[in-house]
Amino acid sequence: MSGHSTYQPQNKFLQWFEKRLPLGGLIHSSFVVYPVPRNLNYLWTFGGILAFMLGVQIITGIVLAMHYTPHVDLAFKSVEGIMRDVNFGWLLRYLHANGASMFFLAVYIHMFRGIYYGSYKEPREVLWILGVIIYLLMMATGFMGYVLVWGQMSFWAATVITNLFSAIPGVGDAIVTWLWGGFAVGNPTLNRFYSLHYLLPFVIAGVVVLHIWALHVAGQNNPTGIEPKSDKDTVRFTPEATVKDAFFLAVFCIVYAWFVFYIPNFLGHADNYIPANPAVTPAEIVPEWYYLPFYAILRSIPDKLMGVIALFASIVVLAFIPWLDTSRVRSARYRPLFKQFFWLWVIACIALGWLGSKQPEGIYVIMSRIFTVYYFAFFLIVMPLLGIFEKTKPLPNSISESVLGAKA
Amino acid sequence: MSVLKRTVFAFTLAGAVVALVLPATAEEQVPPPRLKWSFAGPLGRYDQGQLQRGFKVYKEVCAVCHSMSMLSFRNLAEPGGPGFSEAQAAAVASDAKIQDLDDKGAPTERPGRLADYFPSPFPNELAAAAVHGVAPPDMSTLAKARTYQRGFPWFVFDVFTQYQEQGPDYIAALLKGYEKAPQGFQLPPNGHYNRYFPGHNIAMPPPLQDGQVTYDDGAPQTLDQYSQDVSAFLMWAAEPHLVQRKRIGLQVMIFLIVLAGLLYFTKKKVWHNA
Repeated sequence: MSGHSTYQPQNKFLQWFEKRLPLGGLIHSSFVVYPVPRNLNYLWTFGGILAFMLGVQIITGIVLAMHYTPHVDLAFKSVEGIMRDVNFGWLLRYLHANGASMFFLAVYIHMFRGIYYGSYKEPREVLWILGVIIYLLMMATGFMGYVLVWGQMSFWAATVITNLFSAIPGVGDAIVTWLWGGFAVGNPTLNRFYSLHYLLPFVIAGVVVLHIWALHVAGQNNPTGIEPKSDKDTVRFTPEATVKDAFFLAVFCIVYAWFVFYIPNFLGHADNYIPANPAVTPAEIVPEWYYLPFYAILRSIPDKLMGVIALFASIVVLAFIPWLDTSRVRSARYRPLFKQFFWLWVIACIALGWLGSKQPEGIYVIMSRIFTVYYFAFFLIVMPLLGIFEKTKPLPNSISESVLGAKA
Repeated sequence: MSVLKRTVFAFTLAGAVVALVLPATAEEQVPPPRLKWSFAGPLGRYDQGQLQRGFKVYKEVCAVCHSMSMLSFRNLAEPGGPGFSEAQAAAVASDAKIQDLDDKGAPTERPGRLADYFPSPFPNELAAAAVHGVAPPDMSTLAKARTYQRGFPWFVFDVFTQYQEQGPDYIAALLKGYEKAPQGFQLPPNGHYNRYFPGHNIAMPPPLQDGQVTYDDGAPQTLDQYSQDVSAFLMWAAEPHLVQRKRIGLQVMIFLIVLAGLLYFTKKKVWHNA
């Protein structure tokens, strides 16, 4: 659905270049005249925000890597060296650490929006699955980055998470030894995590290109969930969508800067300012906030192998929702029942996040189980059945009608 | 009421009941009192006099057992810190004895220089543990490595109030928190009862008493004052660029708010014609 390119450079050199590689035309058709539904709300600015955050993480990360030493005896010290002796090193490191949190915050809003407005449905299934792949890669990257600090929580998180693979029957222990590069989390583990932490963001960037490509083939979904039918339903990417994206990116950056400059350690764990010590287990081992719901799911199940399966299933299930959701109406705006089940599911995710930070005992375990059951039921029971039984509201005839109707 | 509203209400109620019935199952830590810190809030900056007093307490008391291996003497004269002159910092350094090698490669001891790191009281952790039972933790990042559970909903409010001084609050309270163990409390030998230490059994004996350190600036020579001064000093040691961070933060905030405002009106103008 790329807009028809009318790009005709005036400059002689650009004309010469365009004949040989039509790069200008590609940019012009994809990011200037590309038609965007005119009724997009601010939730649709998070795609751009995510691209920006990936850029921030890669740039700050490359500079941090120039000062970081991936060795068990030196990693923690080199991070503190960045904080103390590198010019604006504290800024780079806080931008990077809080940038990861902001990246996840944005991706969660992006995903919630996709589910609410049915953005995963035909013809956007591949677009959605590419997004799930990006999310998985982000989780792996974020986890390994957290380990690089080599504080107490880094070390013990690495131990707990890699140990999950030991639940695999038969070969589990062999796999864990292979992952560690030894018989415990140690220097080989740190080295390979550093290597992968540097590699994966570029893999993410590659999948992001595919994600945007798939987006530009199918076109953007919008709050009504109906496709644009005429030029009246769309606006140009530039300037309308870009200026809107830019405004909300600036607002997002205010939140980001608030964390970086005023509460840079709020989202971290105090124990990670203690150098890693394999001989001392911390009183509580908790992952970063963005993994907490999955940690709660893992711990809600008494059997280790089943817990690990549930943990992975809770993410993999996302890739199947284009087919689990049987409704022909996309947007929750016209699906009164789905809307309620959706918000319940959001509550379940947040509750699981909170429970993930609690010790797995007493009422917390019971609550984790209830919310875990609902988390899966939403995808496996609610989504297939609602499509059959739900009575949806009438859809507007076109996007422009829905916009004008709202104004009138 | 819709199904949604009813369910949200039910969950909120359930959450509130759980929060009331189960106050902190695993974490049995007593929350320390909140103190006033000059470096709190968006305009916070270290009080130089307080950092200098805190350094004196650290040097005369803490440094006997605790290392602070990531700081060097030059840090004492850097902007945003205790504000010693370079000559004063050099004088502090020259009092220290640094293990080094001479021209022929033989071990030797020389007076410290500005570039030297603070020497540690023990050659390694094992040696420290052999003397004290438990190795006293390094103090370089201690103020950021100690905290206490704020719990729901307080941790949400902390985002907006910028309460980030849990570390110094805890350390100051701990230094004043030594008490007689209550009846029936099993205190192991060499243990000390501390109200604020998680589990209450701390290996460190009470380190500070009234009048122990002489202040030159007329500040009260009390345990209260010592504990607050040394906690502020430890915060600086853990976060030496805090003042610069908050100063730049204000500039960035003003810039971003103006930028967002301008973009908002640009957006309105562009969309007016759309």
